[in-house]
Amino acid sequence: MQPNSMTPHSAIRRGPPTEPLWVQRLLIAAAVLVLTVLIIVPVINIFAYALQDGVGAYWKHLTGDADTWHAIKLTLFVAPIAVVLNVLFGIAAAWLLTRFSFPGRTLLTSLIDLPFAVSPVVAGLMLVLLFGAKGWFGPYLQAANMKIIFATPGLVLATMFVTLPFVARELIPVMQAIGPDEELAAITLGANGWQMFWRVTLPNIKWGLLYGVILCNGRAMGEFGAVYVVSGHIAGQTDTMPLRVEKLFQDFNLPASFAVASLLTLLSLVTIVLKVILENWKDVEVPE
Amino acid sequence: MSIHIANVTKRFGEFTALDKVSLDVPSGDLLALLGPSGSGKTTLLRIIAGLEHADDGVVRYEGEDVTNKAPKDREVGFVFQHYALFRHMSVFENVAFGLRIRNTPKAEVNARVKELLHLVRLEGLGSRYPAQLSGGQRQRVALARALAVRPRMLLLDEPFGALDAKVRQELRQWLRQLHDEMHVTTVFVTHDQEEAFEVADHVVVMRAGKIEQAGSPQDVFDHPASPFVMDFLGQVNVFHGRLQDGQMHVGNIAVNYPEYTHAESRDATAYIRPHEVELERLPGDGTRLPVKVLHVNPAGAVTRVRVLSEAFGWSLNVELRPERYAELALRPGDQVFAVPKRVRVFMSDDYAI
Repeated sequence: MQPNSMTPHSAIRRGPPTEPLWVQRLLIAAAVLVLTVLIIVPVINIFAYALQDGVGAYWKHLTGDADTWHAIKLTLFVAPIAVVLNVLFGIAAAWLLTRFSFPGRTLLTSLIDLPFAVSPVVAGLMLVLLFGAKGWFGPYLQAANMKIIFATPGLVLATMFVTLPFVARELIPVMQAIGPDEELAAITLGANGWQMFWRVTLPNIKWGLLYGVILCNGRAMGEFGAVYVVSGHIAGQTDTMPLRVEKLFQDFNLPASFAVASLLTLLSLVTIVLKVILENWKDVEVPE
Repeated sequence: MSIHIANVTKRFGEFTALDKVSLDVPSGDLLALLGPSGSGKTTLLRIIAGLEHADDGVVRYEGEDVTNKAPKDREVGFVFQHYALFRHMSVFENVAFGLRIRNTPKAEVNARVKELLHLVRLEGLGSRYPAQLSGGQRQRVALARALAVRPRMLLLDEPFGALDAKVRQELRQWLRQLHDEMHVTTVFVTHDQEEAFEVADHVVVMRAGKIEQAGSPQDVFDHPASPFVMDFLGQVNVFHGRLQDGQMHVGNIAVNYPEYTHAESRDATAYIRPHEVELERLPGDGTRLPVKVLHVNPAGAVTRVRVLSEAFGWSLNVELRPERYAELALRPGDQVFAVPKRVRVFMSDDYAI
């Protein structure tokens, strides 16, 4: 029912294939090969390396090292904050762009996509230039005794910037397709802004919103470049999981590095499984 | 509840959707805003509802200035062109929405929704979802939802536009009946003149952001104020000619027009409705126009005949009563004589296309 730009729907073509058998076999083999080389083997490899010394050692790598444990906690702290803030921003932006027409609307639409186009490292540098000790706001922040760069707020900002488009991008086409009429109908029936949002808008966009949240969360946990620049890479303080993976790898501590990497992979897999479950629910719930 | 609109203007960028429109809708009236697309009729309806804000001018409900009142506080029932039913709610919840917003007690909500579903003849469909209903059923749910909160007025945007001909016909009569029972002031927008004339107490014809004519259907039909109205109210034969000394000359036919007595000859356009032309077998006194029958379509309540004046190269649509058609026994190729019974003349500078 709900149009969704990124949700592929069940196969368009039905009926028996018309291509010769060798073409079918060749195409299937090519697809399997690419998937195997690019995805299946690396993923299995990560878990194989991580578990090569046994489950006990694996667990110890994750929980025994205080810096690693801190990195895991930090990622699970930073990512949800960035996601929640981006949900608020995404809803507001999609609302603004689909329900109002104003000068500069097209420009704003492109600006939302900017984080997709800009390298995360550049984004990180931009934040350092703004909030670093020698940045524009540096002196004021120091005077107020606040720390953004090389601290958790910086990580949240960097993660937010990189994942900014996900929720808004997901919601804009959904809200455009639904149109404003149901919301206006709610208002003529006496609903105020909140009632309209909770009773009409949110139920209509909930699948798009959840989908955006899942994508946003996956990206937020895995972000490396921007976070690398703003974090200062301080073990036990500002290292997130991806940064920890890299540091352990550089220290030739491969089993520990792969253990953290496997956890990160696992979190992504959970995200993907959740996404698949949601898509199935969605198709079941909405009667045609 | 009467509605008074004074000098309302609305612009969208460069485009003027409404240009100083003033209109009074008496209490309990059923009024149709009729016009082609882009005439401003929907914008006017949305301004009455508060969904659109006028750049200039005043809207009053029963004397109360509501120009700056939020739509949610206006207590207006609005039915959208595509119904705008809440797709994730059942029919029952759709109808109950306005009542729930007002924190109406549960028992009262149940009773009221039941009453309305009965009124719109949808008992037993309360648990369905909008996607499971036909177009006509959706339209009735939208109407029930709007009526549930006992609005001070009912505004409908192209209420039957998206329905097929038979359902549209039924719903039209039903809306008229409903209005006669409830007497709630109702304004509806349509581009279908037949619909407007069949249902409404008053018709307002709009064109390019202005009101072209307002009156009872009979009034507007019998005394179109302008060539635009004449043209818009259905198929009409158009002839260009000259007007001088109170007479309109079209080819060899002269029609008396005492309203225009100027001596100089001016361009004018004559409009003749197909049912206001008679066909005769005999030439009469020489003011009859010799024509040849091109085509006859006897299917339907009237017989449609297309004739051609070979002398002037005009073709003319004529509608005959079936009895008259039987009497004349017309065949394509027959030579007959056309007699316009009623001609309306407008000076050409009144109306430029």
